[in-house]
Amino acid sequence: MARKTLRTLLGASLLAAASLVQAEDTRVVAITQIVEHPALDSAHQGVKDELAEHGYIDGENLRLMHESAQGNSAIASQIARKFVGESPDVIVAIATPSAQTVAAAARKIPVVFSAVTDPVAAKLVKSWEAPGANITGVSDMLPIEKHIDLLQRVMPNAKKIGTVYNPGEANAVALIELLEERLNARGLKLIKGAATKTSEVLGAARSLVGKADAIYLTTDNTVISAAEAVVSVGERSNIPVFAADTATVSRGAVAALGFDYYKHGRQTGAMVVRILEGAETATMPAETMEELDLFVNPAAGERMGLTLSEDLIKDAKEVVNSDK
Amino acid sequence: MLSEIAFYGALETGLIYGLVAFGIYISFRVLDFPDLTVDGSFPLGAAVAAVLIIAGWNPWLATGMAVLAGMAAGAVTAILNVKLNILNLLASILTMIALYSVNLRIMGRPNLALLTEETVLTPWYNIEFLEYHQVSVVLFAIVAIISLILLWRFMKSETGLAMRATGANARMARAQGIATGGMIIFGVALSNGLVGLAGALFAQSQGAADVTMGVGVIVIGLASLIGGEAVITPSTVMRALVACVIGAIIYRLAIAFALNADVLGLQAQDLNLITAVLVTLAIVLPGVRTNLSNRLSRKKA
Repeated sequence: MARKTLRTLLGASLLAAASLVQAEDTRVVAITQIVEHPALDSAHQGVKDELAEHGYIDGENLRLMHESAQGNSAIASQIARKFVGESPDVIVAIATPSAQTVAAAARKIPVVFSAVTDPVAAKLVKSWEAPGANITGVSDMLPIEKHIDLLQRVMPNAKKIGTVYNPGEANAVALIELLEERLNARGLKLIKGAATKTSEVLGAARSLVGKADAIYLTTDNTVISAAEAVVSVGERSNIPVFAADTATVSRGAVAALGFDYYKHGRQTGAMVVRILEGAETATMPAETMEELDLFVNPAAGERMGLTLSEDLIKDAKEVVNSDK
Repeated sequence: MLSEIAFYGALETGLIYGLVAFGIYISFRVLDFPDLTVDGSFPLGAAVAAVLIIAGWNPWLATGMAVLAGMAAGAVTAILNVKLNILNLLASILTMIALYSVNLRIMGRPNLALLTEETVLTPWYNIEFLEYHQVSVVLFAIVAIISLILLWRFMKSETGLAMRATGANARMARAQGIATGGMIIFGVALSNGLVGLAGALFAQSQGAADVTMGVGVIVIGLASLIGGEAVITPSTVMRALVACVIGAIIYRLAIAFALNADVLGLQAQDLNLITAVLVTLAIVLPGVRTNLSNRLSRKKA
């Protein structure tokens, strides 16, 4: 009996080789996601909503497929093969592992990645400006330049910028290297405090006292978990603390220019729409987040000896006034 | 329904996991050693191969080093068990979690891309009569067959027999003068060497090594092993090894069908449940079959 089942299974799969025939005006977009996770899920929702806003409605003139690999790379690989086999108009790949498996499987189908921090290092594109092949997309790399702009707008005289980071976190190290390079380019200096565990964050922040004019925190998981420790050092020593993500502002940072993953998905969706309308991936530069939200916390500023200007507060999307 | 590319994709992943199933056959079936090291040695193989390939090594040589790295990881687990008397399951968990850090150290970051590197697959893409998506299937089938023959011959050799005796009855084996500790160390090392090989090949076909690649490898390997045994009764070593590969391929085809089973109302988030159901069925079915045949033969008698 078992052998018969096997034969049926193999036979059926061979028969299934014929691909699906699509109605002519129906476009097909396939979305693959490495794992379900709030940020990635909102990116997926953003892509769907952006498509709908441009008149691509699932079930009407669009066939939208979505699969999650549930964190399993072998399944991610099979999802990629499944999508390539159905030759959709565009494959959207959310997060680096998914994007790489799709890139390995898809030769000619346009691929748009989302939530990939460094597409060049991930070898998805040749360069940010000219991807060169069938893949482009939106990166969730921190807009470090814009963050430094904000810092300089608030504190034009700050020369030495302190940061706390975990040298054991690969993404954090990459960001710190980039930050240092960009700060140096503007004649600013980066003062680093290392913390390998959340319990070391306080000590690392204290090591910056007397050396740094301001503190800027990246999205380092270890440090953000203990952001309050850095804020308390900032308040006690009058060193304003800036953050890369908006959530840290309500935890006591002075200001942050961040993005949310829903908007990240919307921007990805916009790229998909352009491809559906005839744009070529090879010449579409990989994008970073354009739409950033400014969050400010004037009360936290006061505690760190900094008065935020009226026009900055006016520019803010959200004004948090945390009092202790 | 399943497209041609999805079908070849299932074969490809199945062949790679067939190697994992070989490894789990040695530790789990031959040595009776529940070994979770594989969740770490799979990405270890990928990491070692990726780093060496990027450093400009010959991809086959890099893959060979990945096998050695996997063997070293397995040896550590077995030494923790044999020499330090740590419970086998716990010993393997210790090695597995340690490997996470080791893999991060080896790669230097969580993800190393191989998309533009020369891999074991690259020269095959120029072969005229092979389509792009068939290349990895053909190559991995060759690797799986060679591994199968080597393992089969090994299991029939004197050392192989001693290893089987160790797993079957350690006390008896010791009485026969077999150094059972050494056999366990060698067997678990061999098992993880095969898993390291699978990881190295997987990274090369996927275009990247990622630290999270090992999640669930043990469950899928077990599912393949047990599923294969449900189809082909493992009465001889050859049949058991063939069952590993067949089981891994069937498992992958089942996943491919599940991904295409919109008709059944199944969705992506149901995949883990489907896996659990498949493993349970695969474990239960052979028992049901034996019961059934027992009852039938009793009736005859």
